[in-house]
Amino acid sequence: MYNEKVMDVFKNPKNVGEIENADGVGLVGNENCGDIMQIFLKIENDIIVDAKFKTFGCAAAIATSSTATEMVKGMTVEEALKLTNRRVVECLGGLPAQKLHCSVLAEEAIKKAIEDYQSKKQA
Amino acid sequence: MVKTPIYFDHAATTPLCKEAFDKMSPYFTQIFGNANSQHMFGREAVKAVDEARDSIAKIINCKPNELYFTSGGTEADNWALRGVARANANKGKHVIISPIEHAAMLVTAKALEKDGFEISYMKVDEEGFVDLEHLKTIIRPDTTLVCCMLANNEVGTIEPIKEIAKIAHDNGSLMFTDAVQAAGVLKTDVKELGVDLMSMSGHKIYGPKGIGALYIRNGVKVESILTGGHQERMKRGGTTNVPAIVGFAEAFRIADRDREKNFEYVCSLRDKFIDRILAEVPFVKLNGPRKENRLPANADFSFRFIEGESILFSLDLAGIAVSSGSACSSGSLEPSHVLMALGLPEGLAHGSIRFSFGKHNTLEEIDYAVDVVKEAVEKLRAMSPLFKAQGDIKYV
Repeated sequence: MYNEKVMDVFKNPKNVGEIENADGVGLVGNENCGDIMQIFLKIENDIIVDAKFKTFGCAAAIATSSTATEMVKGMTVEEALKLTNRRVVECLGGLPAQKLHCSVLAEEAIKKAIEDYQSKKQA
Repeated sequence: MVKTPIYFDHAATTPLCKEAFDKMSPYFTQIFGNANSQHMFGREAVKAVDEARDSIAKIINCKPNELYFTSGGTEADNWALRGVARANANKGKHVIISPIEHAAMLVTAKALEKDGFEISYMKVDEEGFVDLEHLKTIIRPDTTLVCCMLANNEVGTIEPIKEIAKIAHDNGSLMFTDAVQAAGVLKTDVKELGVDLMSMSGHKIYGPKGIGALYIRNGVKVESILTGGHQERMKRGGTTNVPAIVGFAEAFRIADRDREKNFEYVCSLRDKFIDRILAEVPFVKLNGPRKENRLPANADFSFRFIEGESILFSLDLAGIAVSSGSACSSGSLEPSHVLMALGLPEGLAHGSIRFSFGKHNTLEEIDYAVDVVKEAVEKLRAMSPLFKAQGDIKYV
């Protein structure tokens, strides 16, 4: 089952909500699988200055959303692209094996939000 | 202030009642004999087991020699399905089963399929009731066994077992019912139900864990699945679990004695809870039957736009213990097979929570729980990307 850290983060998740006029938005997962994660990024000079999330999912999905958004704040876009699910899980002190896919979603949602930012920048 | 934690998971298990505990205790250290031994220690153990068997047989209206003790509901289910299918394979290799059976049945049915048996599934409606007309169309001359639970563990549907048994018998097939959730709660008279086999479990009725029983009507051919010693009239090997049997019989006696009183009381808790949740929480669906033919203990809801496991843990943090049919809580990627068989969209199945009440719960606890549920649902919806997007997503 979940460790205390995961339950603590689930109980008081940080960065819940949306960012108006976000520079990058990433949406992954689908309702049929039971997990949807949406991540909003505010980016200035290629540095992530704010990150928020909305998540439909289990306690692990909510905890990884909170942790991943905390971790990318202050990172450059390049650094954030290198954020792996493993590091998010480590930060949470581990997740049960069957919950690891939730942390993959967080990594994917951040990558997608950055891709969104980059494609907007190019346009 | 209500005292927490509050236990609303009685369909998972119940606390052992004091009467059963007291009755069991001497059988661990003082009357410890092996019921197979011929000396005085063994004879004492046998006497206790005989009394327990007589007591349960009387409640379910069968002969004592038609009742076999097992390690629990799962073994009794396995034995009934596998044992009847195999023992009657010379007559036919077709078995009919409901799609909302416990995993102890469904997984066993899959295993039988690999052994060359053919399994057909009944249809159930959106409240979980078996479609009798459909059953008549799938039953065949080579159908040896029809299996349907008496009451469903997830959504509380009480099945029309008498009618199903009649269809089975008119066809010359045997009828098995899993009464794990029903025994001690509903009247489970095997003659009245018209079943040939029935499984029961101790720990769902304030008895001990690790004990159950299978009723097998005399004359029904069943192959043993636990082969070994001479126990249970050579049909089920394994040293007799004397304390558990004694506790099971005592818990069943108490449950049967107080059955009507508890039924009425637990129904009143359930109905108050269902009425308040439906009235006070938006976007919620009650799964299973409204109030008629629903287990008194059961209230199962799908909360739209949010996921069941996160609801479960939100309630857990507030001191309320429930269970969920979401994939995330089962450890698999599939949501509850019961909710899927009832035709629920996957999104709604993922957002399901089962509350199951017991005789020790109070109306104060119900009121407290409704308030906690409202708060938890609101908080999780505020986090959900679906809640805002609800206009774009189609729900049934």
